[in-house]
Amino acid sequence: MNPKKADKIATSILYGIAGFVVLVLAALLGYILVRGLPHVSWQFLTTPAKSFSSGGGVGIQLFNSFYLLLLTLLISFPISLGAGIWLSEYAKNNWVTTVIRTSVEILSSLPSVVVGLFGFLIFVVQFNFGFSILSGALALTFFNLPLLTRSIEESLRAIPYSQREAGFSLGLSRWETVTRVVVPDAVPGILTGVILSAGRIFGEAAALIYTAGQSAPALDFTNWNPANIASPLNPMRPAETLAVHIWKINSEGIMPDASAVSAGASAVLIIAVLLFNFLARFGGKALYRKITSSK
Amino acid sequence: MMRKGPLVLVGGILTVMLLVLSGCETQSSSGKSITIVGSTALQPLVEAAGEQYGTENVGVFVNVQGGGSGTGLSQVQEKAVSIGNSDVFAEEKKGIDASKLVDHQVGVVGITPVVNKDVGVKNVSKKQLIAIFTGKLTNWKQLGGEDLPIVLLNRATGSGTRLTFEKWGLDGQQSKDAQEQDSTGMVRQIVGSTPGAISYMAFSYVDKTVDSLSVDNVKPTESNVASNKWKIWSYEHMYTNGAPTGLTKQFLDYMTSDKIQKQVVSKLGYIPTTQMEVKRSVDGKIIAIKKGM
Amino acid sequence: MDPIRESLLKKSKASKLEMRGKIITYFCIGLIVAIVLAIFYFVASKGLATFFTDKVSIKDFLLGKSWNPGTLDKSGKPEVGALPMISGSFFVTFLSALIATPFAIGTAIFMVEISPNKGSRILQPVTELLVGIPSVVYGFIGLSVVVPFVRSIFGGTGFGILSGTFVLFVMILPTVTSMTVDTLKSVPRYYREASLALGATRWQTIYKVILRAATPGIMTAVVFGMARAFGEALAVQMVIGNASLMPSSLITPSSTLTSILTMGIGNTVMGSLENNALWSLALILLLMSLFFNMVVRVIGKRGALK
Repeated sequence: MNPKKADKIATSILYGIAGFVVLVLAALLGYILVRGLPHVSWQFLTTPAKSFSSGGGVGIQLFNSFYLLLLTLLISFPISLGAGIWLSEYAKNNWVTTVIRTSVEILSSLPSVVVGLFGFLIFVVQFNFGFSILSGALALTFFNLPLLTRSIEESLRAIPYSQREAGFSLGLSRWETVTRVVVPDAVPGILTGVILSAGRIFGEAAALIYTAGQSAPALDFTNWNPANIASPLNPMRPAETLAVHIWKINSEGIMPDASAVSAGASAVLIIAVLLFNFLARFGGKALYRKITSSK
Repeated sequence: MMRKGPLVLVGGILTVMLLVLSGCETQSSSGKSITIVGSTALQPLVEAAGEQYGTENVGVFVNVQGGGSGTGLSQVQEKAVSIGNSDVFAEEKKGIDASKLVDHQVGVVGITPVVNKDVGVKNVSKKQLIAIFTGKLTNWKQLGGEDLPIVLLNRATGSGTRLTFEKWGLDGQQSKDAQEQDSTGMVRQIVGSTPGAISYMAFSYVDKTVDSLSVDNVKPTESNVASNKWKIWSYEHMYTNGAPTGLTKQFLDYMTSDKIQKQVVSKLGYIPTTQMEVKRSVDGKIIAIKKGM
Repeated sequence: MDPIRESLLKKSKASKLEMRGKIITYFCIGLIVAIVLAIFYFVASKGLATFFTDKVSIKDFLLGKSWNPGTLDKSGKPEVGALPMISGSFFVTFLSALIATPFAIGTAIFMVEISPNKGSRILQPVTELLVGIPSVVYGFIGLSVVVPFVRSIFGGTGFGILSGTFVLFVMILPTVTSMTVDTLKSVPRYYREASLALGATRWQTIYKVILRAATPGIMTAVVFGMARAFGEALAVQMVIGNASLMPSSLITPSSTLTSILTMGIGNTVMGSLENNALWSLALILLLMSLFFNMVVRVIGKRGALK
């Protein structure tokens, strides 16, 4: 076979594979949306869930999901950024680094139920945080750290070394070079990492069942004092997220419209991830332009 | 711009600390809340009662979580929670010192064998039921039904529903190793969609997607459970560590009050303890309850 | 003191900043390591109790074929043979990685080398979305689409390793793909230029230069995918059937470490043998991922361009 022919064949196979992946996603999305969208309405999105009669919504769960995501990112992003910078800029090539890298990878392969139980025994019982958003966010941080660290490290590494050399030659310290040259340049990559991990956080259920809990008490959306138990901002209240809700109504739900609520909630979850994705992409580009002052 | 990295870090850490602090404050100021953990089967009932209790008593917060009977019992034993929900007697669970726990029975749940709609069998004898679950019968043809292989589906080992079913439905024999699922919803979905499938679930979960079986020509109905003609049933327990006090006691009284027993308990498909004509002890002794008391 | 002398002797502002930066990053990485150690200690202390407190022999645990921790076998020992779950986990992980790897590499090459434009406009959002679909939803799609499909094509009940493999394939695909993309992107441009300048076709460049250079990175990507497959619980649990029997074929119900762990943990009492045995499963999960990591590190080192 001559190289040109091989090239053509390989290219068409690659097109096929890429097409297949798109097809799989399209089928998945189509399936979820077609089943779920008919149940989604404004009322569904804003009313609280009902535990044993039909007509419940997912309003509180939706809010909880976003709040938990925000809190988790708030805790895990700075740590991951620091760790990612260490791994890509400061780590020496020796056995200590190898051990650290391995432990990061091991953390990422923990089954989420183990993380959940660990979080339960440590945060909920030991630290007496109770079933709360805070416990949930900390458990999710464990779960999110390795993934985010890894992707931040990768995106920092993808920045050509010449950028750093330029920084050093201007008399900047390593830290200044990193914060002022490398990190801004890596923003799109870092952002992709954040989006990917946000998706995982959003859809995580097993780690939250034992930490953030499976009940969504009624919230008073006019009360924004984080110290009040009915306030949506209170991090110490139990908070069932959308993914946990789907899991719960499918496993023990006794409302007559359980399958409809579950299909609707899945569709909402997907749309939320979709929206989040687009927003982040758009925002990422704007941020990149601002930080690197490129047009 | 230059301080961006550290600023983000410091800002993040500060925010978290603030949130934690504000949270701690809440915990200490809202003393009026109890946490109840355990059986997922009992969760909807307690949750519904808790919600109602919360609306009737402003400022009181009943926090109900699942986690399974094992979690409920071990957490109440360690006093990590106020009440532990369980589908089984604490004595039946290994690793639990039942002498310290106080049992509060808040309802009765009947369990029935369910099959896929296509098997063509409506009634089995107890013997046949045991033969099915121990793997001696393998085709519905042998029971006068369709020519379909029998597909067994169990609840997870240690699940209260499974324990009850094996104890009272299979006369204490263990089911053969087979597929397992850890929730009723999954069992229902799988039995409904898999030809020849058989499993078991609480009465309240049976719907039009599956068929329930009669055993020895006794139909799985609430009145049959109440008279103990239908043997496969269990109590729903709420355990406290020592005698309940304060809010815990008030809530347990509320759970067993006529109002909750008559309205919520039966609406959710459980049988109120007050309707039972018999009482069953841990070791299975049946005592008739005299009516009109 | 002379101000010049003073400024020379004192640490410069930049070096103070550098120091602070260093401390911050060391703190972050230290925190992660501490978390890992804590979890490891936690799982190990519970998981090893099966062997030390309950006196189960490690051999019986790893090679036993009967899992029923609540009951005793004929010789009075608890039935805690984890071999069915261990083999189940290995099967689904390897099979799904085996199917997903070519697809992931193909997609990644397409995104980076063939059509970067379409890649970043269509495929990147696609992979990111696939990650965002929660495992519960994957499980239900598996249950309502994959299981009946497998049942009608291959027979049996539809529950088994094959269904688990299909579900996991879709779940790990985005992880492996996006990490492979990162690796391919980090292959220096001049590698490609040099190869093309020598008259190599695009495919020859991809196959002989880029993939070679990216091998260690791709390996890591695959391990990450396998790690996710290994640790995945909810979705697999819904389609694999969870029967703690030795897998006799790809379409009979079997189980994985995670599925048995997730199902049983809420129903057992902390500190009892049943509970400890489940933690031992978790310990195996940890050790296996450690083992995978080692293997890949060795391969990565050998495969790296000198």
